[in-house]
Amino acid sequence: MITLLLAHLGSSLICLIPGRRSARWALPLAAVAPAVTFGWLVSQSSAVLHGHYPTTTITWVAELGLTISLRLDGLGLLMGLIVSGIGTLVLLYSTSYFGKRDDLGRLAGLLVGFAGAMLGIVWADGLLTLFVFWELTSITSFLLIGFEDRSATARSAAQRAFLVTGGGGLALLAGLILLGQAGDTTSISQLLADPPSGTVVTVALVLVLMGALTKSAQFPFHFWLPGAMAAPTPVSAYLHSATMVKAGLVVVARFAPVFAPVGPWRWLVVSAGLASLVIGGFRAMRQADAKLALAHGTVSQLGFMMVLLGLGTPATTYAGMAMLLAHALFKAALFLSVGVVDHSAGTRDMRRLRGLLRSLPVAAGMIIVASASMAAIPPTFGFVAKEKALDSLLDPGVGLVGWVALVGIVLGSVLTVAYTIRIAVGLLGNDAPGVPAADGRAAVVETPVGPSSLHRPSAGFLAAPVLLAALSVVFGLAADPVGHWLAEAAASIDPASASGSLHLWTGINTPLVLSSLIILGGWAVWWTTVAATRTMDAPYSLATRLYDHAYDALLAGARRLTVATQSGSLPFYVGVVLTTVAAAMATALIAGASQSITDVKWFNSALEAPLVALTALMALAVIAAKQRFTAAVLLGGSGYLLAIVYLLQGAPDLAITQFLVETLTIVVFLLALARLPRDFSPAPPWAPAWVRIGISVAVGVTVAAFALGASHARTAPSVGEDYIALSEPAAGGRNVVNVILVDFRGFDTLGEITVLAVAGAGVVNLVRSARRQQRRKQLADGVELEDRSGRPSEVWR
Amino acid sequence: MSFGQAILVAVLAGAGTYLVMHRTLTRIILGLAMLGNAVNLLILTSGGTPGEAPVIGRTGEFTDPVPQALVLTAIVIGFGVLSFLLSMAYRSWTIDGNDEVEDDIADRRLADEPDEVVDHGEPT
Repeated sequence: MITLLLAHLGSSLICLIPGRRSARWALPLAAVAPAVTFGWLVSQSSAVLHGHYPTTTITWVAELGLTISLRLDGLGLLMGLIVSGIGTLVLLYSTSYFGKRDDLGRLAGLLVGFAGAMLGIVWADGLLTLFVFWELTSITSFLLIGFEDRSATARSAAQRAFLVTGGGGLALLAGLILLGQAGDTTSISQLLADPPSGTVVTVALVLVLMGALTKSAQFPFHFWLPGAMAAPTPVSAYLHSATMVKAGLVVVARFAPVFAPVGPWRWLVVSAGLASLVIGGFRAMRQADAKLALAHGTVSQLGFMMVLLGLGTPATTYAGMAMLLAHALFKAALFLSVGVVDHSAGTRDMRRLRGLLRSLPVAAGMIIVASASMAAIPPTFGFVAKEKALDSLLDPGVGLVGWVALVGIVLGSVLTVAYTIRIAVGLLGNDAPGVPAADGRAAVVETPVGPSSLHRPSAGFLAAPVLLAALSVVFGLAADPVGHWLAEAAASIDPASASGSLHLWTGINTPLVLSSLIILGGWAVWWTTVAATRTMDAPYSLATRLYDHAYDALLAGARRLTVATQSGSLPFYVGVVLTTVAAAMATALIAGASQSITDVKWFNSALEAPLVALTALMALAVIAAKQRFTAAVLLGGSGYLLAIVYLLQGAPDLAITQFLVETLTIVVFLLALARLPRDFSPAPPWAPAWVRIGISVAVGVTVAAFALGASHARTAPSVGEDYIALSEPAAGGRNVVNVILVDFRGFDTLGEITVLAVAGAGVVNLVRSARRQQRRKQLADGVELEDRSGRPSEVWR
Repeated sequence: MSFGQAILVAVLAGAGTYLVMHRTLTRIILGLAMLGNAVNLLILTSGGTPGEAPVIGRTGEFTDPVPQALVLTAIVIGFGVLSFLLSMAYRSWTIDGNDEVEDDIADRRLADEPDEVVDHGEPT
């Protein structure tokens, strides 16, 4: 199994290599990996159906229990066949659909990579394996939806899809981790075999559902899916029939038989599913673009399957599996057929298409057959599956929520029939010229497209949709063996559903009566709305508008926050940092002021008082100095005086160092200042003087208070006593400070020297580059720059 | 530590803070040097009471040698930083003709721009 996934990855990378160069070979090449997978799955199917599930486990990080583990059970087999089968067909169809383009390599690579990631989801047995593949499909679908990257619509739709499903993915990750912690396992099959319980599990399941509902485009996250129509039609067909949106259903299907009774699971799933069923149905009634109408229909259908699989009883699970297969077949066929129509007629606008029944008989036939399956009209497989679904809901034995589900599904199915008829009739049955909308909204009826203005599709182009539409009928006619196969597959997620069976004709019973009522009701709804919906084009959906507003507000808010906090002024930042320092120290001092500081002398010696006064005066004079030179000399003066303070403190080494360094500092200052202007620049201050003085005083006072506090906070004897004791016997030196520097803490000194060397290198380079620049300037201007040294530059006069 | 030393620490730290909050690089460098002096004095004096220099053979109570070693290192490194910053000021002057720290233009531009209008494409 891992080999097959790697094959997908490998062919994806190979297809991506040509980049923008034309690569027509890429699409057929990409179809190889899914085709091989399909063959392998067929060869494995009998073993899997008898309960022998192939597994693969690769240990990743053993200590964390991280493994890549795959397991092919019945659901994995069914979904694997759908993913790889439809994947192969879509890729082959794409070769005709796209013709000559120079980015087919990218398309093929992304599609096959996406197929591989989807196979990973349906086969995953490890919780984290599931998440990794889940995110992979989010990323690849983002790239696929945004494939037409020059279109703002496509980019925006891709981003919407990515943020919604990506956000859901994070919820899923949190849920899976919680489940793994609660069940003390990272294996899904073990988790389901020995399910944990408790509040944590309930929370975890709600999080997992969030992930599944976003991925499967369920209300209120349904809005990303119609937008994803910005992708090329083959991509839409694949995303909406076989993959992406089915990922959420797969997770729900796996977890529901065990976890459906827990907490709010059933109500959440049923309410989200029914809301999607109805909203999707209504919006599908109001689209002029056939592909968009189908997309809204997908939201609706997904809601239907979400209810079935989410209820988690053996009967609904079985019916849900049948619907998964039926939906994959008819939805892929419909999308691909619409692609054929679009390709041949140049439009998908149902207000413009005329007389397709005569000009594109094969495509029209496929649309009729697939629509029949979607509307559950016998003898299609869609009918068989929906019969089973209604039957399973008649007595689900889950209380009130089951009845709500039944009523909702019947009403929703009426809409399904209505919009299906509308799409089919809109595409095929229109011979009359377009009429303006009743409310006078501009009816966009441009040139109608009729038989004369289209070209015929090739046989290869039609092959994939024909095969899928044919299967919809064949499976319907052969309902019994298909039903048997599905029952064995369903047994892997719920052993009790092994007794399920499908029949085309079950006699006159409640489901059949309901089905007939649904079809009649749907026809009635369509008939009464036909005039109103003929020219309708639905406005922006409310959910999309809300999302876009939220997105815009987020960006604007982030910008305002940045503008408010990031003024770009360094002095302002420094002021904020220092104020924070003062505030933090003040807080710490107030909070920790348990013992009062007593026994502090005013001065340690008589000499200290004038010394302190003089040093402080010099320091304050630096502030007042108007000229750079004066300021530098004053700083040096205060440094020298500080050396005497050190000396009085009993630190002659420090005094010497301070003295030498201060001398060097003055020399360096003079070297630099010789080049710089004499006076300080009159740059505007960033804040009024009282603010700056306030901050300075606050910092000074808190630092001094901190120093006083710190000097009285010693609780243990200084390590210095050990150094003094060891200085002579261990290091053979008498000056303890020197011994510490060169011996006990020798490496610190090495580090210090390194810092100096680095700083020195920096100085040399900066000065040399400055010199070079000046020399260039000199050559260019012919001006003696030396004349300007030591004087204010012209800029500053 | 005496009150006198604490006052000196306060004055040095306050003056350093005031200088650091300037726009002129030279003043900032002066301020950093002053802040460095303040912190050095703080570390040394809060280390204990003054006494005899810690040299074996001398009589009397030694001052703690550890803060001295720390501060000695700090003084030297402070000098390295100072020379580097000064050469930066010099380099800045050769480029701009001044040693002023300018506001970040990108931030200014962001403040002046109107809100970005995101194109959400065709309605769906």
